[in-house]
Amino acid sequence: MTVISVPGSATDTVAPTTRRRRKRNVLLIVGLTLFGLLVLVAILAPVLATHDPIQQDLAHARLAPGSPGHLLGTDELGRDVFSRLLYGARVDLRVGVLAVVSPFIIGTVLGLISGWFGGWLDTLIMRIVDVVIAFPFFVLVIALVFALGAGTGSIYLAITMVGWVAYCRIVRGEVLVAKEQEYSLAARASGLPTWRILFRHLLPNVVLQAIVYSMSDIVLTILAIVTLGYLGLGVPPPTPDWGSMIQDGQQFLLTQWYLATIPGLAVVITGLALALIADGLVERFDRT
Amino acid sequence: MNYLVFVVRRLITLIPVLFGISLLVFFMIHLVPGDPAVTLLGSHATTTAVAELHKQLGLDHPIWQQYLTFLNHLLHGNLGESYQYRTSVSSMIAQNLVPTVWLIVAGALFAVVISVPLAVWAASRRNRFADSAIRTIPLIGLGMPAFWLGIMLILLLSLKAGAFPASGFGTGLFNHVQSIILPGLTVALALVPILVRSLRASMINVLQSDYIVTARSKGLSAPRVVLGHALRNAAISSVTVLGVNIAYLIGSTLVVEKVFALNGVGFLMITAIFNRDFPIVQGVTLLFAIMVVVVNLLTDISHAALDPRVRLS
Amino acid sequence: MTPLLEVHDLHVEIPVPHGHLHAVRGVSLTVDAGESIGIVGESGSGKSITLRALLGLLPQPAQVTKGSIILDGVDVTGLPERRRTKMLTDAMSMVFQDSLTALNPVMRVGDQIAEVPRRRLSMSKSAAHGRAVELMDQVGIPEPERRFRAYPHQLSGGMRQRVCIAIALSAEPRLILADEPTTALDVTIQAQVLAVIDGLRRGRQLGVVLVSHDLAVISQTCSRIYVMYAGRVIESGSIRQLISLARHPYTFALLRAVPDPDLPVHRLLTIPGQPPDLTAVPAGCSFAPRCALAEPACREVDPALMAVPEEPDHGSACIRLETASQWLDWTPVDLPDLLEKT
Repeated sequence: MTVISVPGSATDTVAPTTRRRRKRNVLLIVGLTLFGLLVLVAILAPVLATHDPIQQDLAHARLAPGSPGHLLGTDELGRDVFSRLLYGARVDLRVGVLAVVSPFIIGTVLGLISGWFGGWLDTLIMRIVDVVIAFPFFVLVIALVFALGAGTGSIYLAITMVGWVAYCRIVRGEVLVAKEQEYSLAARASGLPTWRILFRHLLPNVVLQAIVYSMSDIVLTILAIVTLGYLGLGVPPPTPDWGSMIQDGQQFLLTQWYLATIPGLAVVITGLALALIADGLVERFDRT
Repeated sequence: MNYLVFVVRRLITLIPVLFGISLLVFFMIHLVPGDPAVTLLGSHATTTAVAELHKQLGLDHPIWQQYLTFLNHLLHGNLGESYQYRTSVSSMIAQNLVPTVWLIVAGALFAVVISVPLAVWAASRRNRFADSAIRTIPLIGLGMPAFWLGIMLILLLSLKAGAFPASGFGTGLFNHVQSIILPGLTVALALVPILVRSLRASMINVLQSDYIVTARSKGLSAPRVVLGHALRNAAISSVTVLGVNIAYLIGSTLVVEKVFALNGVGFLMITAIFNRDFPIVQGVTLLFAIMVVVVNLLTDISHAALDPRVRLS
Repeated sequence: MTPLLEVHDLHVEIPVPHGHLHAVRGVSLTVDAGESIGIVGESGSGKSITLRALLGLLPQPAQVTKGSIILDGVDVTGLPERRRTKMLTDAMSMVFQDSLTALNPVMRVGDQIAEVPRRRLSMSKSAAHGRAVELMDQVGIPEPERRFRAYPHQLSGGMRQRVCIAIALSAEPRLILADEPTTALDVTIQAQVLAVIDGLRRGRQLGVVLVSHDLAVISQTCSRIYVMYAGRVIESGSIRQLISLARHPYTFALLRAVPDPDLPVHRLLTIPGQPPDLTAVPAGCSFAPRCALAEPACREVDPALMAVPEEPDHGSACIRLETASQWLDWTPVDLPDLLEKT
């Protein structure tokens, strides 16, 4: 019994029209634009800021937004909120993005190794991963920042120590699948040295998911930094940072509610931009 | 029979993890090169204080011995003694545990009560306006700091509307409930974007499944199809989603307790950090990890109870 | 004898982002009790959707826009939805292609078979249980009592498909709709499953509508065949009639595309081109763009099904049907002699 299959594509799947293709990139473009704007603003903070962010001016304290010379008002020490917001962006965005780099690299490499070699090495690394993810992210970061001592360096280190696990799992998962693909088998059969197979052939194919995740990881990291700032464990004062601004503002919630609200909105917008980029990347490179 | 085997196996895999957790917590003070006592005491590091800490923590002994002592104490429920209050850490934790447990339960409850209907609604009205609107929630919610959300809730519902207390846990059951609503809501809303996204996806998956079509082809009534077939399968994926995210929920209680001045274990830890009271920090961190491990275990067990496919190997 | 099922001029449309997909464009067929008819066509021909429409199981946006379904002489099309669904599901059951996904993964197979007797036939739990075991035995599942408690993933593909057949039987239907029931199975298992369906047909005088893209499967068990292309029936008749002389170029090409293992293969045949886009169906015969025999008139009017002279039960939607006996000479490749096999 032979099967007849008359070639010819199914008519029930409609070929994507140009309109649909264009729609796929909207998220990515909007996200990148928004994030780009934020980065630009942060970089240009010294130019755009109207005042010195740490300059106190008790005579002009507690001004409402829209007051002359102070776009977003002043806080209880007379510091200009707008300028602090801009400089805070510098700190939070910079640390947020940079802090993701080492977890990304370490996690990806370990994921590659773990997935490719398997065996006891894989089991060991996965056990370590299990232990690290047993701790809630923030709790462990906060505890580590405490143990490492105050300062921005501790923040980077703490996030690296906790953050690599997500990348490791993601990349390992991708590697396990890619391992069985034909290009992997071909590479092995051709006798290439292992490191070359891993980095030259496997890596480009498994790294996409990690990159998509890194977008939400940046958000998570910024949230962590802002939370640390709120708890007083973040970047040392007097550097402005959105988290400490919110903490300062909480006491004046009844009268100057904007002091606590505005920096939070800044974080939300940043998160929105990155979420759009992440979703946009998924849509753009969707394999299905 | 399969099920019991599964549970036992699962329990056995816990052991290395628990060991690992204790190791990590133990090594926290040894992370920084140099004298751990100095790091711990920070600005309070006088020579006498350092010497006393050395004695207290047994820092003069070889490290493996320190760990074994630590482990030994741990197994006896001894988490050390607070520097500040000179009382056992475990008793302090026990005292402050109640508000945290309330918060976790309230948070989980609100999260489920809010997310599930939203997800079901979005899944059943796929690609129409309601669905698109609901899909924007994760986009905005992802970047929203939990503590800021809490502050906003205080602003709107407590200060402006006077409906709920702005802080504290109160005394008596009624006050407890009243006090836990805003914090619980904060914790829940931090999780809702993630939950709605995952639950919606799995609901859609279930509703489009072939076995639902089979059930309809049997001529079964719509409620029967949903209750008998869709619900259990949807519950399975929901349990997984909730379980995965519960660690995040538990972790967010830390900062929410600070926002609302709830004296739970998270609040205890934050105060301890400022007082450089290491044993408490260590103890609470350990506690959090154990809570997560226990919850994950319960999730896995419920998952296996609901889904027979999982019980193999 | 009134036919068990009659379908007249069925149309199904699916709204898509930029218009309407006209998936089924005027399909008519009849099934008598104890008769097995086959619908053959490629993916996208509308054969599965036709089946789904019969049970009211169309996926959300799709709708029946025209046509009538007559069950036992009663036109159910105009009836209120609930009543219509009840009548249709009372009389007909469906067997699906992928038995693994068609079964609820977290429910024991026995319970799934017993579900209809319990819920719709008002049997008690133990009576339904007994019924299920009986059915499992009838479809040839060994040790039915033990297998009752199995979950779908614990059974082999062939077993699972038998479970699906048992489920279909549990409603005591008079007609079984089978959508590619053997596609996911090994060749040897295919034969067994088809035998089960056929045995039931003969034993209970069930009507069977078998849908497949595999002409060989259809030719094994069906007495009458409807060939579908681009949402329409382009030829219908008995398997003998079709094989002895196909009267539509599409059927003709389909039959020729099967390599005969006994004869040397000169060329592996394909039909060039693709089926039309059903959101914008061009005028004229839908097969014309790919047809080696098309003439200008073919592109003007889409032909209806016409009776073949001397063969009243044989219909073809080709205006050149009378020239069919010469088609062989007009094409350069040898036709394997399928007649030998029937």
